[in-house]
Amino acid sequence: MTDDAEAAAEPVEDVEAFRARARSWIADNLEPVSSDELNSFALKRVPEAEELAAVEQARALQRKLFDGGFAGICFPPEYGGQGLTAEHQRAFNVELAGHEWPDKLSVPTMSPCAAVLLEFASAEQKQRHIPAILKGEEIWMQLLSEPSGGSDVAGAQMTAVHDGDEWVLNGSKIWTTGAWWSDWGLCLTRTNWDVPKHRGLTVFILPLHQPGVELQRIEMLNGSREFCQEFLSDVRVPDSDRIGNVDEGWTVGVRWMFHERMQFNSPYVTFPDGVAGRAGAVDVVAVARAAGRLGDPRARELVGEYRMLEIAVRQLQARLGDGIATGKMSDQAAAVGRLFTGLSNVRRASIAFEVAGSAGGVWSDDNGAASELGIQYLMRHAATIGGGTTEMAANVIAERVLGMPRERTVDRDVAFRDVPRGPMK
Amino acid sequence: MLLEPTSDQEFFRLNTDKFLADRMPISEVRRLRYDPAGFESSYWTQGANLGWTSLLVDEDRGGGSISGQGLIDLTLVAYEFGHHAAPGPLLDTNVVAAALATAGGEAHGEVLARILSGESVVAWCFAEPPPRHGLGDVGLRIERAGGGLVIQGTKRPVSSAEQASHFLVTGMGGEGEDAGMTQVLVPARAAGVSLEPLHSVDLTRRFWEVTFQDVRLPATALVGEPGQAGEQVERQLQLAVVILSAESVGAMQAAFDMTVEWSFDRYSFGRPLASYQALKHRFANMKAWLETGHAIADRAALAVGDGEPAAAEMASAAKAFIGQYGTDLVQDCVQMHGGIGLTYDHDLHLFLRRVTLDRTLFGTPTDHQLRLADIAERDRATA
Repeated sequence: MTDDAEAAAEPVEDVEAFRARARSWIADNLEPVSSDELNSFALKRVPEAEELAAVEQARALQRKLFDGGFAGICFPPEYGGQGLTAEHQRAFNVELAGHEWPDKLSVPTMSPCAAVLLEFASAEQKQRHIPAILKGEEIWMQLLSEPSGGSDVAGAQMTAVHDGDEWVLNGSKIWTTGAWWSDWGLCLTRTNWDVPKHRGLTVFILPLHQPGVELQRIEMLNGSREFCQEFLSDVRVPDSDRIGNVDEGWTVGVRWMFHERMQFNSPYVTFPDGVAGRAGAVDVVAVARAAGRLGDPRARELVGEYRMLEIAVRQLQARLGDGIATGKMSDQAAAVGRLFTGLSNVRRASIAFEVAGSAGGVWSDDNGAASELGIQYLMRHAATIGGGTTEMAANVIAERVLGMPRERTVDRDVAFRDVPRGPMK
Repeated sequence: MLLEPTSDQEFFRLNTDKFLADRMPISEVRRLRYDPAGFESSYWTQGANLGWTSLLVDEDRGGGSISGQGLIDLTLVAYEFGHHAAPGPLLDTNVVAAALATAGGEAHGEVLARILSGESVVAWCFAEPPPRHGLGDVGLRIERAGGGLVIQGTKRPVSSAEQASHFLVTGMGGEGEDAGMTQVLVPARAAGVSLEPLHSVDLTRRFWEVTFQDVRLPATALVGEPGQAGEQVERQLQLAVVILSAESVGAMQAAFDMTVEWSFDRYSFGRPLASYQALKHRFANMKAWLETGHAIADRAALAVGDGEPAAAEMASAAKAFIGQYGTDLVQDCVQMHGGIGLTYDHDLHLFLRRVTLDRTLFGTPTDHQLRLADIAERDRATA
């Protein structure tokens, strides 16, 4: 948590008292939802109008939380938050289980975006954006990955050139989820090509819908069109929208990626308990039943393995969350959760597909829960790619957690413009 | 292992750690390879004095925990057992003591007192030989005969049977609507009890097949009511699973640490093994399995200790996960070591033996996955 959050944490409300207050408020103000409706993390096809309605609904729910005094539980009060602790947030998340929630304002708006603002933005910048975020007025996106390289984040080529009181941005960002219905972006740019790559980066914030930002939606192999690519042409950003110092963007970037790895473990994110780790979650008992295999011991064994992995991932994330929050583990331990969540989700997608039997490949509309699992199987590796690949997480674990020697790099001590690059297409 | 033990718990764990380091160094574990019992009785009474056998029993019955959560305290000892590849009937003595103290009423107070002091070793006779391979598939009969009981059947594997003064035997008994799981406490030297030694992968853990042929006992041998022991047996199974899970995590941690150290010290082609990305990524996977093992073992201990509705599910998830990934982890450690990892001289196999044996006791990963499927189906039906 930030210094602000700690400073604000004077005598705070007892967690159990808070929990009781949250429980009654939730019961009075939020609608219950069935677990079948909680699949908004799954990358799937949704009609545009339905998606936009869901965004408006999320904004309204966020506003409801704000008015009820439950928005930004770990955010400092001076920016509209509640100034409470991670434990309060967890209690709220437990009470929120089984209820509607502002899913589209959780990740990446609260973390990493708002979390990065809390750490690095000026007081004026925070005053301008954090309350707006907590009221549901601003949905944020991270403009981080580029077409030239996903994992090599510090190799960003999006260029920002100083011009008077402004910066002029040119380049492209990619894999922004739902950018087409979002409001603001946190953007990593290159401001100096003549120094090594980590020393020439700067972070800016900018509205996503403005002249010079061309936004394209990307169709994934399952038909989802949630991901976007942005092309920036001479987009002018005032210097007052710079986050952190010029050319010191990597300081921001390191924490940015930490907050990204924290995802639903972040104390800044409100979500119903049990929902994280449900990315693409399948009711595998229902799949076995729909496939007529509930009595098949081979299928039952797989059902059990699926449940085991679901439980294991959840317990791992809880342990890492506690370990990092109490300082027993370094921030880098978040990579352990990222790695195992990815690997186990891959395995779970394979299990669901296998349990579905032949309906995994060919299905009819009345196959129920056994339908479309083949499509999820095709998308299996979204779990080990999105949010940073599991290979990168494995490097972080080996090098930062276990202290093993770093991989040899050829781009460390040379000017970024001299770093070898593949052919331009 | 607990991320945030209380200072009392940490002191307690370190006491056992230090005792095992002094009394049971690896050289001693190796020596006990040829010992018929696999441990010495003086070692066991010393351990009992440290609290190894009392944690699941209330103070008014002569036991006592460190933190008020005795099962969690016990997992700290079990973890150290795994971490030191230590011998001794930790699981059986604790599970039987808990059973006698809760379901046994006042009847078995004397045996209980001797377990707590470490004077007596006991064994739980639960699993049976093929074809009864399923977890909890019990065929042994405990029938009423005259004013007493007669026991008929075979149990295996039974830990430390030759050292045991008593067996807690789980069988089927009761009549008509009351038929069901039944438990009795059987003196090991009772007429009709015979032992046959078995082989095991562990160096110091000894197992026997125990046959009960027309064993006649007074009705006072019952632990609880005939036919009514189902819930108690389930509870014992959950306790056993929690203890084994914590122990395996201790062995996983020891093997992992040893192998990380090796990867820094061992050079090939002028570089330490730890500098090769292909190996670093395998270490990263192992680290993830290890942390997950810690997390899920602790969660299961909490759920079972508090008797949560999720206890059975958490216990089975822990046993299935640690059974599978624990053995995978230590086998990967062997691969990282190369040929030396397969030698008797190297210590790694002591931990490989431990996770391998633990994986097979009280339900294989497959058994527990099937239990998880049962639970998932049932939860869905009642949701």
